[in-house]
Amino acid sequence: MTAPHTDLLIVGAGPAGMAAAVTACSHGLSVRVVDDQPAPGGQIWRAIETVASTPRLARLGQAYRAGADRARAFRSCGAVYEPQSELWQIEPGFRAFLTRDGQARSVTADAVILATGAQERPVPFPGWTLPGVLTVGAAQILLKTASTVPERPVWIAGCGPLPLLYMTQLLAAGGQIAGFLDTTPRGRASAALRHLPAGLRRAGELAKGLAWSLALRRAGIPIIRHVTDLRAEGDGRVERLRYRTEDGREGEVTAEVLLVHEGLVPSIHVPLALGCTVEWHPAQHCYVPLLDGWGETSQANLFVAGDGAGIGGAEAAEPRGRLAALRVATRLGKLDAVRAERAAKTERAALARALALRPFLDTLYGPRAQVFAPADETLVCRCEEVTAGALRARAVEGRPGPNQLKAFTRAGMGPCQGRQCGYTMAHIVAAAQNRKVEEVGFFRIRPPLKPVTLGELACLDQREPAA
Amino acid sequence: MFRKLHNPGSATVTIYIDGCAVTAEAGESIAAVMLRQPTGWSRTTSISQSPRAPYCMMGVCFECLVAVDGKGSLQGCLTPVRDGMRVTRQQGRRSLSA
Amino acid sequence: MQPDIVVIGGGTVGAAVAYGLAMRRQKVLLLDGDDGDFRAARANFGLVWLQGKGLDMPAYQALTRSSTELWRGFSDELEAESGIELFLEQNGGLAFCLGEEGLEKRRLDLLRLHNQRGGGEPDWEMLDRAALERLLPGVALGPKVAGASFGRRDGHANPLRLLAALHVALLRRGANVRHRARVNRIEPAGADFRLVLNGETLTAPRIVIAAGLGSSALARQVGLEVPLRPERGQVLVTERLARFLPLPASGLRQTDEGTIMIGATKDGHDFDVSTTTEAAASLSRKTTEIIPALAGVRLVRHWAGLRIMTPDSYPIYAESRSHPGAFVAICHSGVTLAAVHASLLAEAIAEGSLPDTFSPFHQRRFDVPQAA
Repeated sequence: MTAPHTDLLIVGAGPAGMAAAVTACSHGLSVRVVDDQPAPGGQIWRAIETVASTPRLARLGQAYRAGADRARAFRSCGAVYEPQSELWQIEPGFRAFLTRDGQARSVTADAVILATGAQERPVPFPGWTLPGVLTVGAAQILLKTASTVPERPVWIAGCGPLPLLYMTQLLAAGGQIAGFLDTTPRGRASAALRHLPAGLRRAGELAKGLAWSLALRRAGIPIIRHVTDLRAEGDGRVERLRYRTEDGREGEVTAEVLLVHEGLVPSIHVPLALGCTVEWHPAQHCYVPLLDGWGETSQANLFVAGDGAGIGGAEAAEPRGRLAALRVATRLGKLDAVRAERAAKTERAALARALALRPFLDTLYGPRAQVFAPADETLVCRCEEVTAGALRARAVEGRPGPNQLKAFTRAGMGPCQGRQCGYTMAHIVAAAQNRKVEEVGFFRIRPPLKPVTLGELACLDQREPAA
Repeated sequence: MFRKLHNPGSATVTIYIDGCAVTAEAGESIAAVMLRQPTGWSRTTSISQSPRAPYCMMGVCFECLVAVDGKGSLQGCLTPVRDGMRVTRQQGRRSLSA
Repeated sequence: MQPDIVVIGGGTVGAAVAYGLAMRRQKVLLLDGDDGDFRAARANFGLVWLQGKGLDMPAYQALTRSSTELWRGFSDELEAESGIELFLEQNGGLAFCLGEEGLEKRRLDLLRLHNQRGGGEPDWEMLDRAALERLLPGVALGPKVAGASFGRRDGHANPLRLLAALHVALLRRGANVRHRARVNRIEPAGADFRLVLNGETLTAPRIVIAAGLGSSALARQVGLEVPLRPERGQVLVTERLARFLPLPASGLRQTDEGTIMIGATKDGHDFDVSTTTEAAASLSRKTTEIIPALAGVRLVRHWAGLRIMTPDSYPIYAESRSHPGAFVAICHSGVTLAAVHASLLAEAIAEGSLPDTFSPFHQRRFDVPQAA
C-alpha cells in the first residue's frame, strides 16, 4: 500500500496554513492541508464560515470578519484539505501519520510546513483544575463556535489583548462580567512606552486596544489592578475566588466561572519531537524554533510558520506562511530563486509591519513572576496530578534535569505530554537550582503527538497475517 | 455554568449524556454541550478521582476526555455532536470493556 | 566529604550498587550523567523475571534466580528506607504463545534451559488455553492464543519508582548524589583514582563504573576492555485502565498505575533512540492478537531505549587487575538483578574483591588471546 503523496504537507488551517496553501498552489505545487478542526480558520477565525452568514458576525469584530475572505480563498486554491484529521507522528522523509474518524493512515510529502499555532500559557494556581476555571481563549472559542457564554456574571483574570477583546465581545453578545482581575504588574506601562515609537506603525492596533479599555470602563466593569496571587476554591467546582494585589490588598468574591489568560506560547511539541533546534525567546518567555528567513527549521525542508514561530498574531502569520511556501516552491523547482526573493521582500515588509507592536505588547503584558512560581500545593501537572511542592522538593536533591524529574515524579507523562506543565516545571527547576530557565531545557517529546488507539496502530501493520 | 445565546432551530440535535437526552446544535463540540449541563464536571481523574471539566477547548489540555458511542478517551472539544450520539462521562480509570 | 567509593552511573545498576554500599556504611558518591543521556533506566520495562533466561550460561540463570529470591527482602528494605512503594508483585508471569506450534516451541526452549541447569524442580509449566483462561478470569483472549508458559518465580515492579527510591534512600543514608556530573577522564593517583569532570576533579580510593553504554571508554582507562553495543528496544504505554490483567507477561503487563506496557522490540544496533511507527504498529498488532479488547485503548507514549549488550548478552562484573579498586558492573537486566546488585555485589565491592561466584562474569571471557 503506497501512501498518497503531495509536494507539500501543511499542518494547520489557520492564517499561516491557509496563506501558505494559497501561495504554494499558485506556484503549481501539490498541497495537502491537514487540521484537527472541522473547518478552516484556526483559533482566530474559528467557525468563520458558519458565523459569517449570521447576525452573530457583527459582535465578533472586524478582525474576525476578515477571516471569511481568507477561508474562501483557501477553499478554492486547489489544496487537498483534510479537516478533523489529527496528526500524531511525522517521520523523516516525510511520512505523516493521521487519524480521521478512528482510522489511521499515512501520507508522504517532500516538504512540510508546520502551522500549528499557539496555545495559551498555562497559569497554575491553587484551584486551577476545578470545573469552572477555563482559559479566556476557551471562552472565546465557545462564543465563536457554540454561541455559548457564561451563565452568570463572570470573573476574568490575567492580562493581554485577548481578555480585553473577549470582554468587549461578551458584552456585545449580551453576557455579563463580574469583574476583571488585571494581573499586569505596576510599572509595566512606562517600561513598555519606550517601545511605542516603533509600535506607532501599528497605530490602528493601539487604538483598538484603547477602545476596548474605554468600552469596559464605560460599562462600569470593576477592575482590580496589579493582582499577583489568585486562588479558586469550592467543593468539586469553583464557588469563590481569593486574590491579593501588589500592595497586599486581599479580596474574596463568589464566582461560578473564572477565565484566565496570561498570553500565548508557540506550539513547539511537533518541532521538538522532530528534533528541531529551539531557542529561548526572552521577551516572550518561551521556546521558539530556530528558523531562517524563510521559516525553515534546523531540519531541511521542514518549516514553521505562524504563531508557532513566535507569537505575532494573524497578520504576522500570513506573510510567514507565504514565505515558507515560496521557499518550498523554489526547492522543488517551481519558482526561480530571483522571483522568490522579490516576492519575499514584500512578505518580509508585511511581517516587519505586523511585528512592530510586539515589543510593546511583550513588555506590557509579559507574565508576572508568580505565574512561574506557584504555591507548593498547586497541581502543576494536571494529568498526573503532581504538585509544585513535589517537583520543588525533588528538584533540589542532586539537581536533576527535567527528564530525570519526569522519571522521578511522572510530571509530563500524561496524555497532554507536558503541554500544561512543561514551562512551569522548567521554571521550578531553574529556581530550585539557581540556574537560568533557558539552560534547564525541556521534556523530551515522545510520540504519539496525540493519543492514538492500539487498534488504529495495528491496522497500519503491513506484515502478512500470522499463521 | 454556560448558556446558549440563541435557539438552534432546525439545527437542533439530541445527544445522550450518561443516558440523559440533551439538545445541542449540529456542529458544536461535545465539550461545549457538557459545559451547559448543570453537572459541572465532565470526567473524574484516574488518580484522585477529582472532577474536571473542559479547560482549553482547543485540544491541548485533555481535560474533556469522554467516551462516545463506546469509544473511550475522545477529546470532547475536538468532537462535533451528531444526532443520537451517546456520551459517557469517564470516572476514574477506564475499564477495558467500556 | 571524601568518599570511600565513587559510583559512576546513576541508572538502575549504579544506583543499586551505590545503595548497597551505603547500607554497608560506605561513604558513597554517586555521579549521574546528563539529562539527555541514553539512560536505559528510564526506558525499562519493569519485569522481575527468570523464565527463559540464561541459555548457554547456567551461571546467569543461577544469578537471576538468586535475585528473584532476594527481591522481596530488597523491596521491603528499600521501601522502608525511601518511603517509596515499588509495587513488587511476584505471583508468577506468563509468556503468551500464538498457535500450537508457538506453544510447542516455547516448551522446547524452556526444557532446553532446564536441562542446562542440571535438573532440579522446574519453576515453570506450560498452560493450555483452558488453563490460561482459568488463570485470567475476565480477560478475553484472541482466537490465536494457544496457551502460555507460566513461570512461578516471575513478577514485576515499577522501574521508575525503583530508580527514584534508590536515589532517595541513598540521600537519606547520607550518600552524595549528583546529576549532570559527567566523568570525562579517570587517572590513577597513587593508589587512588582521580576523576576529571567538567570543571572539577574528584579523588577516591575505589570506583565502580556502571555507566551503561558509556562504560567502555571509562573502563579502558583502568585497564579493562569492555566490549559493548547498543540494542534498541521500543516500548509502548497506554492510558490508565482499571485493573484487569492479574499477571505480567513477557512483552505485556499492566502497571500499578493502570497503564499497559507493551514491548520491547529488538530492532537496531546504533546509538539511536528514535522510534518507528512500524514498530508501534507491529507491537500493537501482536498485542491486539493476544487481547483484542485492547484495540480501543489509547497509546499515550512510545519510546525507545538502548539495551547495554555485551558480546554474549550477559553481564560483566569485574575488578581491574592493573588498577585494583576499580570495578565495572554492566548488564541489561538492571531491574531483575537489582536485588543482587544491592546485596551480593555491593557486599563484595565493599569488602574489596569479587568472590568466585562472580568469576563467570569477568570481562576476560571476551579477551582475544594475543598471537605470539
